[in-house]
Amino acid sequence: MTALVASRDGYGEGLMQLADDERVVVLEADLGKSTKSCRFREMYPERTFSLGISEQNMMLVAAGLASSGYKPFASTFAIFTERGFEQVRNGIARPNHAVHLCGSHGGLHTGTDGSSAQSIEDLAIYRTLPNMTVMHPCDDISTERLTVLLSALSGPSYMRTARNKRPRIHDDESVAALRIGKGHVLREGIDVALLACGVLVGEAMTAAEELSRDGIEVTVVDMHTIKPLDSALVQRLAADCGALVTAEDHSIIGGLGGAVAELLAANCPVPLERVGVNDTFGESGDGDELLEKYGLNSDYIIAAARRAIARKA
Amino acid sequence: MSMDAGGTEGQPQVAELESVALACRRAIVSMVHKAGAGHPGGSLSAIDMLVALYCTRLRVRSEEPDWPDRDRFIMSKGHASPGMYSILSHSGFFEAEELDSFRKLGSICQGHVDSGWTPGVDFSAGSLGMGLSFGIGCAFAARLDASKRTVFVMLGDGELQEGQVWEAAMSAAHHELNNLKVFVDRNRIQNDDFVDKQMRMFDVPAKWAAFGWAVREIDGHDMTEVLEAIQWMDGVDTGPAVVIAHTVKGKGVSFMEDNPSFHGAAPSDEQLEQAMEELQ
Ligand SMILES: Cc1ncc(C[n+]2csc(CCOP(=O)(O)OP(=O)(O)O)c2C)c(N)n1
Repeated sequence: MTALVASRDGYGEGLMQLADDERVVVLEADLGKSTKSCRFREMYPERTFSLGISEQNMMLVAAGLASSGYKPFASTFAIFTERGFEQVRNGIARPNHAVHLCGSHGGLHTGTDGSSAQSIEDLAIYRTLPNMTVMHPCDDISTERLTVLLSALSGPSYMRTARNKRPRIHDDESVAALRIGKGHVLREGIDVALLACGVLVGEAMTAAEELSRDGIEVTVVDMHTIKPLDSALVQRLAADCGALVTAEDHSIIGGLGGAVAELLAANCPVPLERVGVNDTFGESGDGDELLEKYGLNSDYIIAAARRAIARKA
Repeated sequence: MSMDAGGTEGQPQVAELESVALACRRAIVSMVHKAGAGHPGGSLSAIDMLVALYCTRLRVRSEEPDWPDRDRFIMSKGHASPGMYSILSHSGFFEAEELDSFRKLGSICQGHVDSGWTPGVDFSAGSLGMGLSFGIGCAFAARLDASKRTVFVMLGDGELQEGQVWEAAMSAAHHELNNLKVFVDRNRIQNDDFVDKQMRMFDVPAKWAAFGWAVREIDGHDMTEVLEAIQWMDGVDTGPAVVIAHTVKGKGVSFMEDNPSFHGAAPSDEQLEQAMEELQ
């Protein structure tokens, strides 16, 4: 039985792994219990800064720490990082301070809290900022590993994690192979390639298994890094498979689908189908119910894959 | 020039500082005139404090601007860049001729202060309301490093309308940051008009006190008072300290004084001439 895990737990564990580095500091805005930085706080209170419910302030406090040689990891809900977007833009990305933001509870899958808590635009907006690395890992152990790798980055990053538990995708071996900026191929097939991030990686794997039963062989990639996009991999898959599908719990505008569309249009146009939130806000409901209602689960990925294949010249 | 030692030993006389401030005022006005744009008003209101800090107090090294254990000076109202450039060049961070390139393509003197472009600038500003939060991060870092370095921040009074300033004020007091010192340049004018017309600030010292800060008010153009205020801030060890400095926007140039139209406008050729006559 595959373990059920939430990627936000990987962030908490990743911070614990980093704790031996005394330059690592943690910032919170009254959501540490939710983003899981609370684990670091319990062990290292002297290196954890609580800023209260003040996200804009937190962004610049983190920048100040980074400018003084520390490695700040700051977290809140994905949606509330956006309160400080201009602070991230002007105070972090522009001077290229290596501040690592984690936005938890990203996407519709966040669930019953409703649309105010379901960021479906975070990947898009952070991707537009020069210097930023943008990530959205799919399970706990890959999040943990990528969090650890972030601490070696010399510029800022935004990483989205998810609230709810889903089947774990990675194992120790695949996690060891993860690199920021490199998509991780989970299975290979030549008919179509599914590029997914976050909770939709699992949906893409389910879709691939079902398509395989119909004789359609599918590549699935964990595109945990949205920026820099692994353009070499995407172009190779465009050439090998001739059709691509992106899948993300995020608006179809500007996120993984947007990034891949830009790359393909400019370099190697092949049919692309984007599975994502279709320019609408979410609502309350169970995470899986919402994936179904808003067209994001494996059934929709299968349909998109068939459409993409049918469009091949 | 190295101001490594800081402290009060061999402190320049008030008259000397006043003459440095006068030279900086001349540099501010001519730099803005040459660029045909820039912010003279808030530079002229702040310059006496900048001169006092850089010439008597800040432990910084012009030959090693990134010295990690330097004191920090964060100009949060980043449009007062002419004021910053004048005092930084006076302090030896770069040659005075760089001032002539203010706002020109490729210049180290960007329109708003930017740490990526100018030696001696600690904070990239331009968007109001962020500097105090950045200062808190620097103050946390100094505390973690067990360093005695001090973080100074300068805010505008219009800037106080930004909500983030009060988020920051709250957290600095909560965390008892006694290595964080703030000047508020209370020149009573912002961009469009007088502060009292745009958004009244009511009792500014009482606001800071209510947020948990040690507060003092001074005349920000009286060099003796400015020096005493710096000493007073250094003596506050329970938490953060703020000096509300009552100033005149455009101070030193009659037609700019108390005149909202010289917040962000360059003087004409004739006006430059008059200004230079007044700044003798
Ligand atoms: C967030 C933000 N909003 C608006 C501006 C445009 N702006 C530049 S200066 C200024 C007025 C600043 O007034 P104050 O803080 O009192 O500065 P001073 O009078 O000392 O120059 C404004 C609104 C800005 N730079 N940043």
